[in-house]
Amino acid sequence: MLAPYLALDLTDEKGFLCGKLLADLGAEVIKIEKPGGDPSRQIGPFYQNIPHPEKSLYWFAFNTGKKGITLNIEKDAGRKIFLRLVEKADFVIESFSPGYMEQQHLGFSALSRINPRIIMTSISPFGQDGPYKNFKGPDLVVWGLGGMLYICGDSDRAPVRISFPQSYMHAGAAAAAGTLIAHYYRETVGEGQHVDVSAQQCVEWTTAEIIQIWEMNRLKVGRTGQLRVRPTTGAKLREIWPCKDGFIAFRVMGGKAGAGFMKTLVEWMDSKGMGDDYLRKRNWEELDLGKVTQEEYDLGEKPIGQFFLAHTKAELCEEAARRRIQLLPVNTNEDILKDLHLSVRKFWRELEHPELGTTITYPGPFAKFSQASCGPWHRAPLIGEHNEEIYQKRLGLSKEELISLKKNGVI
Amino acid sequence: MVKQAFEGIKIAEFAWLAAGPFIIKYFSDHGATVIKIESSTRPDTLRQTPPFQENKPGINRSGWFAKYNANKYGVSLNLSHPKARSVVEKLVKWADIVIESFTPGVIERWNLGYEEMMKINPDLIMMSTSAQGQTGPRAQQPSYGVQLTSLAGFVHLTNWPDRGPAMVYGAYTDFIAPYFGTAALVAALDYRRRTGKGQYIDLSQYECAIHFLAPLILDYGVNQRIHHRMGNRSPYAAPHGVYRCLGEDAWCAIAVFTDEEWKAFCSVLSNPDWTKNERFQTPSGRKKNEDELDQWIEEWTKKFSPEEVMKQMQGARVPAGVVQNNEGVYGDPQLNARGHFGKLEHPEMGFYAVESLPFKLSKTPSGLKQAAPCLGQDNYNVYTEILGLTDQEFVEFSEEGVFS
Repeated sequence: MLAPYLALDLTDEKGFLCGKLLADLGAEVIKIEKPGGDPSRQIGPFYQNIPHPEKSLYWFAFNTGKKGITLNIEKDAGRKIFLRLVEKADFVIESFSPGYMEQQHLGFSALSRINPRIIMTSISPFGQDGPYKNFKGPDLVVWGLGGMLYICGDSDRAPVRISFPQSYMHAGAAAAAGTLIAHYYRETVGEGQHVDVSAQQCVEWTTAEIIQIWEMNRLKVGRTGQLRVRPTTGAKLREIWPCKDGFIAFRVMGGKAGAGFMKTLVEWMDSKGMGDDYLRKRNWEELDLGKVTQEEYDLGEKPIGQFFLAHTKAELCEEAARRRIQLLPVNTNEDILKDLHLSVRKFWRELEHPELGTTITYPGPFAKFSQASCGPWHRAPLIGEHNEEIYQKRLGLSKEELISLKKNGVI
Repeated sequence: MVKQAFEGIKIAEFAWLAAGPFIIKYFSDHGATVIKIESSTRPDTLRQTPPFQENKPGINRSGWFAKYNANKYGVSLNLSHPKARSVVEKLVKWADIVIESFTPGVIERWNLGYEEMMKINPDLIMMSTSAQGQTGPRAQQPSYGVQLTSLAGFVHLTNWPDRGPAMVYGAYTDFIAPYFGTAALVAALDYRRRTGKGQYIDLSQYECAIHFLAPLILDYGVNQRIHHRMGNRSPYAAPHGVYRCLGEDAWCAIAVFTDEEWKAFCSVLSNPDWTKNERFQTPSGRKKNEDELDQWIEEWTKKFSPEEVMKQMQGARVPAGVVQNNEGVYGDPQLNARGHFGKLEHPEMGFYAVESLPFKLSKTPSGLKQAAPCLGQDNYNVYTEILGLTDQEFVEFSEEGVFS
């Protein structure tokens, strides 16, 4: 859908997703790496567990559909080549420390002098301004300052993050949204602008309603493990339940939204000879989670918990799906890859890696469009894979020039 | 008045809870005209979800609802009333974008599927956003955020290796899908501008969320490796953890990736003897002896507030950050310097806090102008001024319960 547009992607792992989303939507995205390759190619896991810059599954996953060139923008000759690319480009995406691009004389004002339509998107831990702009912000730090870390985990231990770093997933994806909003404006009015993305602000947006809980009710939100605590009653209601071979997610619910499937669950338990008198007689329409006491809630939780413990994750989830009960598995990465629902939707994409002599399964289109396909289209670029195509064919550099640039460490 | 990116774009929102309305927030905060359609029998569920202003429950008092729905007009419309159809048709004709988040299949049963809408407005862009997409065996299974977050693999990865999985607070996947939904809709607007064609978009929250764990999917496919929760540990850094500080439930995160950072870290602690231990001189040594390392570090952090630890560490270029609770986040100097929190005045709630979008556009910044609507607040204005009903029609329809 974005086929007419060209993006120059200077990001490291803090901003990969931005260019990937644009590429999925059809834009031409050129990943620009330092000569020798981006250090983020060292991030694992690796293909067949062999650490190697051309085998990083992390790099593979977030650079699909991009072309790759090497260029040292800190050298004069490199900067000049970069600016020639900027003339033809629609987007420049970068995730250097705030101020770095200005130091290289490649800040937004410099780029827009060359190309007034250019949109420059900067992704950084805390944004381009403010007292923390120069703070170092790896995932754990941003996750903490953004408020998501404190509220996950058990109350008797330290807060925990999600074991696959998330802050820069949010920053990169938000950057794609921001970039395209600026794009829409540019295409209607004609001028580009600078998009300044803060990973900390993105993380703050993942904290649901905790700011409003503080600001409106002056209540603090703590960690509650597998339970949800109702602020009105203090009752602890279970969200994550153990089953025979793992865990599932389920919430006892009443009212209009819950009564239907609670009755279905009770019937199902009855049919397995694991029914319970309290559950059978309960008026589920009248159950109000905001008012239920712990004692009353526990009367229901106990038999339901025993029923779940007597069944496997697969048994529970298949039947719950059939009966449309709000119950889903706590999945591992293996479970997701084997999920029938996703294969029926043809979600997975097999992308070829000729150098490795294999294909690899990738998460597929992030949305289904009636007028166009959505990527991923092809595997991530090798180091400098498209140097010739871009420098010779696109910019018209001669072979000799290319050789001399290589010699001087520019490409 | 500053110009805004989506001035002139018109959106009809038949969406509720977080993901759908949050997608449209990206448009309404950038100047689009948005009409949010609810009904008094089926208002947006978030309206009934705490926190409520002054702890008093009420349909127009939820702070959570108000968070996603600023800058939108609110109307009520009883879709099961026979006369509602003509109003819906006016809405669809008016709109550039229609977004809906009903259970897959529901909107078709009302005869309002994309095919029908296209007949009314041929270049319409329509997005259906749902938990698991419009097709597939589980399309119609209902689910909430925590359940979907479990399905999408995040819950299994949260907590300590010796403990069961912990909830990811809130409705995590609801906060992932909006980036993708926004990008998809803007791409569709651009495509329509160039080709004149509208289209239909099926957005699955589950599928969007999987992209945030993509390398783990590849890792299973290639290496058959299953990933598990590992507390706050990282394969690339040690120390890398959350350390107890002075104060009640007070914590600071510290992450040391390089030898340079390790040296700086030790000097912040005034190079005590234990830092000179052979075991801690290399990254692999620190990694191997991380439990012991963490104990030493906590002996030190316990003596300071989290803010003090962060200040000392960042002052020496060591990554560190306060693990802030909701009060801390709301008072955070950086977020406030960025103008992240705004206040809007609401007819029933008075002033309430609401966040700005996580990026700044230099020429057309997003803005918070109008508080989230009370249920049916803008009926008269929308139905007459925007959709062109006469005053008489408006009165008749109101009396007949079309707008209930």
